Amino acid sequence: MAGVLVVAEARRGELREVSLELITAARQVKSAAGGRLAVALIDADAPAHAAALAADGVDEVLTVSSPAPHFEAHIAARALSALIEAERPALVLLGHTIDAMGFGPAVAARGRLGFASDVVALDWDDGPLVRRGAYGDKLLDELEFPERACTLLMLRPGSFTPATPAAGTGGAVRAVELPGLLDDARSEHLGFREVQAGDVDITKADFLLSIGRGIADRDNIPRFEELAERLGATLSVSRPIVDAGWMPSARQVGQSGKTVKPRLYLAFGISGAVQHLAGMRTAETIIAVNTDPEAPIFGVAHYGAVADMFELADVLEAKFA
Amino acid sequence: MKIVVAVKSVAALDDEFELSSDASAVDPDYLEWDLNEWDGFSLEAALELREAAGEGEVVALTVGAQDAEEALLNCLAKGADRGVRIWDDALEGADPLAVATVLAAAVEREAPDLVLCGVQSSDAVNGATGIALAGLLDLAHVAVVRSLDYDPATATATVERELEGGLVELLSVRLPALLTIQTGINQPRYATLRAIKQAREKPLAVEDLAALGLSEADLATAAGSRRRALAIPDRGDGAEMLGGSVEQMAERIAELVKERTG
Repeated sequence: MAGVLVVAEARRGELREVSLELITAARQVKSAAGGRLAVALIDADAPAHAAALAADGVDEVLTVSSPAPHFEAHIAARALSALIEAERPALVLLGHTIDAMGFGPAVAARGRLGFASDVVALDWDDGPLVRRGAYGDKLLDELEFPERACTLLMLRPGSFTPATPAAGTGGAVRAVELPGLLDDARSEHLGFREVQAGDVDITKADFLLSIGRGIADRDNIPRFEELAERLGATLSVSRPIVDAGWMPSARQVGQSGKTVKPRLYLAFGISGAVQHLAGMRTAETIIAVNTDPEAPIFGVAHYGAVADMFELADVLEAKFA
Repeated sequence: MKIVVAVKSVAALDDEFELSSDASAVDPDYLEWDLNEWDGFSLEAALELREAAGEGEVVALTVGAQDAEEALLNCLAKGADRGVRIWDDALEGADPLAVATVLAAAVEREAPDLVLCGVQSSDAVNGATGIALAGLLDLAHVAVVRSLDYDPATATATVERELEGGLVELLSVRLPALLTIQTGINQPRYATLRAIKQAREKPLAVEDLAALGLSEADLATAAGSRRRALAIPDRGDGAEMLGGSVEQMAERIAELVKERTG
């Protein structure tokens, strides 16, 4: 088995950015993997996106026209298994995305493939060699895949620079016919909806004061609402605060919430789960306050303070009297 | 209605920790064990379905060493009817595909209507074991479920799948099925002190690989990866850490706020 197969993603008529990141990652190991680079898209509108996927280094774009109007996990699984069998790649790259989480591990398990998810770095040493976070990204796991003819990896979005989409009509495009795919569907799409918008648009704020799990109790939230007001900031939160029902989801920063890029992001009691960092790491200035000196948020912050968030908040508030 | 909830006892790193001498694992003295946060929500979802049906059985299943027993007792205290813990020393450090293979053997024997897993575990964050299990059992599956309604008349679950950026997809799937459950789907109950005591009276089976008809060789065949090393990440430049007293740190933060937002 040789070469790399990238599985691109589209949603609601748009190609997803992660597709181009996967192409960059594939190019890094293409020659070591001893073969060509093919990019597959399994989607109702697959042919419409084929041209954009024919980026530099891509030898062939494979389109599988899905009979389902939107992503359907079982169709995707069956189509990918069929592609792997036909193309025989040494390496299959998916995004570590919600859609791919819905079928990638099933394909790997059934096919007895090498497998790793949430991969942040990809290398080659007589086979794929990857790094992924462990223990909330406090450690890095280095994994290898001995005795696997084919390895399926799910790469964390944002870990690779996106390739430039092809502008022209260059690159070979091949439509792959997989009869009977509709019979594989086992779920029925009923609709999409945006999680309810709130009173405030945190993506428009210049200064976000953000609170996380360190808040510990619902009764502590008003203190930070007051602090935010005193400092002229908008209050945002990390996921656990929304899960607990303490603040509306419109205030949530992170992968499943909003991606924000304020001039200043001041985080209190947020340890910095991957999904949170994905939503705020491009803020111009990040200041983090946390009691744990090993908290991953200090890896992306510009300034850090290891301190009790309540004590520090009180002293800080007094300075804005 | 029979529901299997696959749970994991997860390890959190202490603020300070050390790696074992060969850098292949964390020194266990620096780990604290607890029920995986996601699994608290999947268990609650199972208990609510059983209560709505007015009948049924919730089985909490885990692959874990003796340390994992507390997490399983926690599930029994909250209302699971029965616990199953599978362990064998060969499972130490098992990857998601190996764990899914063991779970598959155990779930197959139970033949449930529904299997619930957490989306991911807080320590390994693979987000893979549940859907790998569904693949091995050829079960219908939905990943990252944030709401769940079940209609017994049609044996159909209507669920919301949480996508990126605040988008949600509504879809339906017929049972038997496997769902991976996202945090926030419900408000997990607390166990009463009385229930915690009574949990020890509930059935809790401990089994090894052989009891499931599996061997060490099966695990080796199933494993998707092998750990080469465990490393402390290079944080790059990281944050400039503010020193001094809380007063001094607050003073510096106040300056930064005025400077950057002025």
